[in-house]
Amino acid sequence: MARMNPIGRNLLGWVSVVVFLAAWEILARSHVFTEFLLPSFSASFERLVEDTLSGELLRNLGLTLLRAFAGFAMGAVAGVVIGVCMARMPLVRWFFDPIVSIGLPMPKIAFIPVFILWFGVFDESKILMVAFNALFPVVVATMAGAEAVDRVMIWSARSLGASPRRLLFEIAIPAALPEIFTGLQIAMPIALIVAIVSEMAMGGEGLGGALMTQMRFADSRGVFSGILAIGIAGSLVVKAMELIRRRLLVWHQETQSG
Amino acid sequence: MKAAALRYLPLVLLAIVWELAPRLHLVDASALPPLTAVARSWFSLLVDGDILFNGVSSLLNLLYGLIGAIVVGIALGVLMAWYPTFDVFATPLVRISYPMPKSALIPVMILWFGLGAGSKIASVFMGCLLPVILSTYNGARGIEQTMIWSARALGASRWQVLREIVLPGAMPEILAGVRNALALSFILLVAAELLVGQRGMGYLISFLGDGGVYDGMFAAVLTVSAFGFFADRCYLLFMRWMLQWRE
Repeated sequence: MARMNPIGRNLLGWVSVVVFLAAWEILARSHVFTEFLLPSFSASFERLVEDTLSGELLRNLGLTLLRAFAGFAMGAVAGVVIGVCMARMPLVRWFFDPIVSIGLPMPKIAFIPVFILWFGVFDESKILMVAFNALFPVVVATMAGAEAVDRVMIWSARSLGASPRRLLFEIAIPAALPEIFTGLQIAMPIALIVAIVSEMAMGGEGLGGALMTQMRFADSRGVFSGILAIGIAGSLVVKAMELIRRRLLVWHQETQSG
Repeated sequence: MKAAALRYLPLVLLAIVWELAPRLHLVDASALPPLTAVARSWFSLLVDGDILFNGVSSLLNLLYGLIGAIVVGIALGVLMAWYPTFDVFATPLVRISYPMPKSALIPVMILWFGLGAGSKIASVFMGCLLPVILSTYNGARGIEQTMIWSARALGASRWQVLREIVLPGAMPEILAGVRNALALSFILLVAAELLVGQRGMGYLISFLGDGGVYDGMFAAVLTVSAFGFFADRCYLLFMRWMLQWRE
C-alpha cells in the first residue's frame, strides 16, 4: 500500500481514464458486441457533441437539473426548519420522531404513481417527488447537529442578552452547519437520482424522459451519450457541493485542519 | 408500554386523519381512499396471491443483485487497497463514476438484458457496486500498516492477513457501505420495475395505478415501504451483532 506523490497520482488517474475509454472503443469496434448493445465511445461522444450543438442536450439537461435543484431546495429548507424545530421543541419532536424514523429508510420511490395521481405528470409532480425524497436525510442531520450545539455557547449568548431569534440564526444554525451540510450532501445525489427516475416514469422533456425514448427506439448512441452527459453533470454537482462546503465552513476546524 | 403508545401516537393520529379525510369528503376518495378500504384491498391482494407472487419476485431480484454487488465490491475494494498498481488504475475510475446518478443506468441495463429479471438484477448490481467498493477500499486503507507488518513478521500468510486483519478491520466501514447499498437497491429495483416488466412489486403498483384501482395501489405502495423499512431494521440488528467484538 505504497503512497505516491499527488501529482504523479493525478496524472496516472487520467491515464487510467484514457485506458478505460480506449478499451471501450476497441471492444465496441471488435464486433464482439453489436452496435445496438455497445456503440463505440467515439460514436457516443460524437452524438454528445451533436446534441450539445443543436441545443437539445442542454435543454434536457437544464430541465433535469432545474427540477432536481428546485426539489432539493424545497426539501432542504423544509428539512432544516423541521430539524431545528425538532431539536428545540419537545412537542414537534414527539410528533415527527416516529414519522422520520419510518420515512427515512422507506423506499419513497414507490410513491411515484401516487404523486402522478395527486399532482399529474408535469414539473410540479416531479419537483415535489424530489423534495419528498430529499427531505428526510436533511431533517435527521439537522436535528442531530442542532442537538449537539454546545450548551455553554447558548447559555453565554443568552446571558449576554441575545434574543431567541438571534440565538437561532447566530448560534444554533451556524454551529449545526457542518452536520446540516453533510445532510445536504447526502440529499443532493438522491435528488438527482429521483429527478431522473421521475422523468423516466412520467415522460416529457428532460434527460430521464429522453433516455427512455431513445431506449424504446433502440437508439443506443443516444442512450450512451445521455449517460455520459448525466455522469459529467453529476460529478460537477457533487464537486460543487464540496467546494461550497469548504467555502461556507472556512471558520470551522474541519477546513482548517485539512 | 405506555411510553411506546405515546411514542407511536403520531402515527395513529395520521392514520385517523387518513381514514376521516376522504370519509368527510375533505379530499376526493379516489385521490386518497380511506385507510380501511386500503386495508381491505391489501387483504384481497394477499389472499389472491398477488403480493406473495410479486413480493417474492422482487425480493429475489433484489437479493441476487445486492449479494453479487457485495461479493464483487468487497473483492475489488480489497484488491484496490492491496495492490498499488491496481489502486492507481481502478481508484480514479471508481471516484469519477461514483457521483453518477445510478438510475441513469437503468435504460442501458434494459438494452443489455431485456425487459425481464435480468435488467432488474443488473440495475441493482450496478447501483450497489460502487458504494461497496468505496467503503471497503476506505476501510482497508484505514488499517494501521504496523498491524499488517507485525502479522507478516510473525509469519502470517497474505491470505491470513486478509482474513484475520484486513477484513475485520475494515468491517465497520464495509457494513456502513452495505447499508447505503441496501437503501439504493430498493430505489433501483422499484424504479426499474415501475418502468418495465411484468412482475414485481413496482409492476404491481403501476399496474393497479394504471387500472384506476387506487386502494390497491396504496396497499402495494405501503407494502413496499414496509419491506424497505423492515429490511433496514433487520440489517441494523445484523450490523450490531457483527460488530459485537468491538467494545
